[in-house]
Amino acid sequence: MEQILKAKAINKKFGDVYACNNLSIELYTGEVVGIVGESGSGKSTLLNCLSGSLVPDGGNITYLDRDNNWLDLLSLPEPRKRNLLRTEWAFVHQNPRDGLRMAVSAGGNIGERLMAIGYRNYSQIRAEATEWIEKVEIDAIRLDDKPSIFSGGMQQRLQIAKNLITKPRLIFMDEPTGGLDVSVQARLLDLIRSLVRELGLSVIIVTHDLAVARFMANRLIVMKNGKIVETGLTDQVLDDPQHSYTQLLVSSILKV
Amino acid sequence: MLEVKNVAKSFNLKNLDKGKFSVIRDACFNVNSGECVALIGNSGCGKSTLMRMIYGNYVCAVGKIYIDKENILDLKAIEMSILRKQKMGYVSQFLRVLPRVSTIDLVMEPLLDQFESRARAKDIAETLLSRLNLSSKLWHLSPLTFSGGEQQRVNIAIGFSKDYKLLLLDEPTASLDRENKRIVMDMISEKKEKGSAILGIFHDKEVRDKVCDREIDVSNFSAS
Repeated sequence: MEQILKAKAINKKFGDVYACNNLSIELYTGEVVGIVGESGSGKSTLLNCLSGSLVPDGGNITYLDRDNNWLDLLSLPEPRKRNLLRTEWAFVHQNPRDGLRMAVSAGGNIGERLMAIGYRNYSQIRAEATEWIEKVEIDAIRLDDKPSIFSGGMQQRLQIAKNLITKPRLIFMDEPTGGLDVSVQARLLDLIRSLVRELGLSVIIVTHDLAVARFMANRLIVMKNGKIVETGLTDQVLDDPQHSYTQLLVSSILKV
Repeated sequence: MLEVKNVAKSFNLKNLDKGKFSVIRDACFNVNSGECVALIGNSGCGKSTLMRMIYGNYVCAVGKIYIDKENILDLKAIEMSILRKQKMGYVSQFLRVLPRVSTIDLVMEPLLDQFESRARAKDIAETLLSRLNLSSKLWHLSPLTFSGGEQQRVNIAIGFSKDYKLLLLDEPTASLDRENKRIVMDMISEKKEKGSAILGIFHDKEVRDKVCDREIDVSNFSAS
């Protein structure tokens, strides 16, 4: 069991408001960590800082790459960072439009990531794209269609296929089932879970939905006003919350 | 295998006035490998609470809980989730699973977590479900629509799919008929023979008499 990502004392301010106030997080290989909290608590800002799309005002983030070197992410040269994002990392956005190119065919969207890591053989790219599009339960005959004519759930599954095809080691997810029908949501969560197990992925998933967190995450981080108020095993945090804010959050869930 | 030492538990509901409740104090007992021990006592005396603390589901702030000589209260969350996967099974009274996942996949999951091959995991899962008299017509459906007794048997199949060193059973036979109760009692006895330490809550005296070696009265640890 080893760490793959370490963040220490992350600070990020917007104006006078702290979105991340001295946050430290570590992630282990194969671990799924959920970050929950109300909107405005700073959870997406934290995710964006960790994944390099936002530069924190202070702190330190290191990542253990495939070759077993600890990389200092905040001082990493831009090309190396982009390379990481294409190869060892993946980012699944809440809105699939942020993670897909809508005017390019589904197969093109997936193939693009393979080409970025050096695939040149067209039939091989197409074969792998077909395999993955079927893995996420989209019919292979849709490979040449543009995602703009896909339903929201299909777009989200395509985004996941696009992200996972290069077998990343670390995935950041921001509300991956946020805008989906509940019927689609359960299937998608099950799909992500089995891929996490099959590929031994490490995942940081931001969600405001505690039910999603319970089924996905091994460990939970609860945020409020830019601070971590509680962390622990997911079922422990949800069934025996210690902080008053977590208690309020858990006791406010509507049950069907 | 399991040693509980001077454990206490109170709940503190911080958004309520007078929200502090002490439930257990100074709980001490142990369970050896190959032994089945029953927690007894009136409803509300803290049997399930104690069991959930051992599973790491409830926070234990006072005392020590050793599993396989390791104090679980010293473990990080990641270490505890690995310990669960490797050593500890828990059959709760309630089935809580992701919707739309089939019964057979749910039973296979803990096996796949331990890197069993799909074929072998499927084999073990099917054997268990057949033994528990769950019709194969149901295996590819989600158990969320099943009857109470069927759901309980799915829970048992999930918990019994591996040979855990420690098995926690919270009323595993509560909603089962005679025939299925007998099967579950046999399964518990077999786990004992294989060397599992078992801690259970059984309201059914017949089950306790048949499978349990000792009883621990949790009301002796009552905080009130």
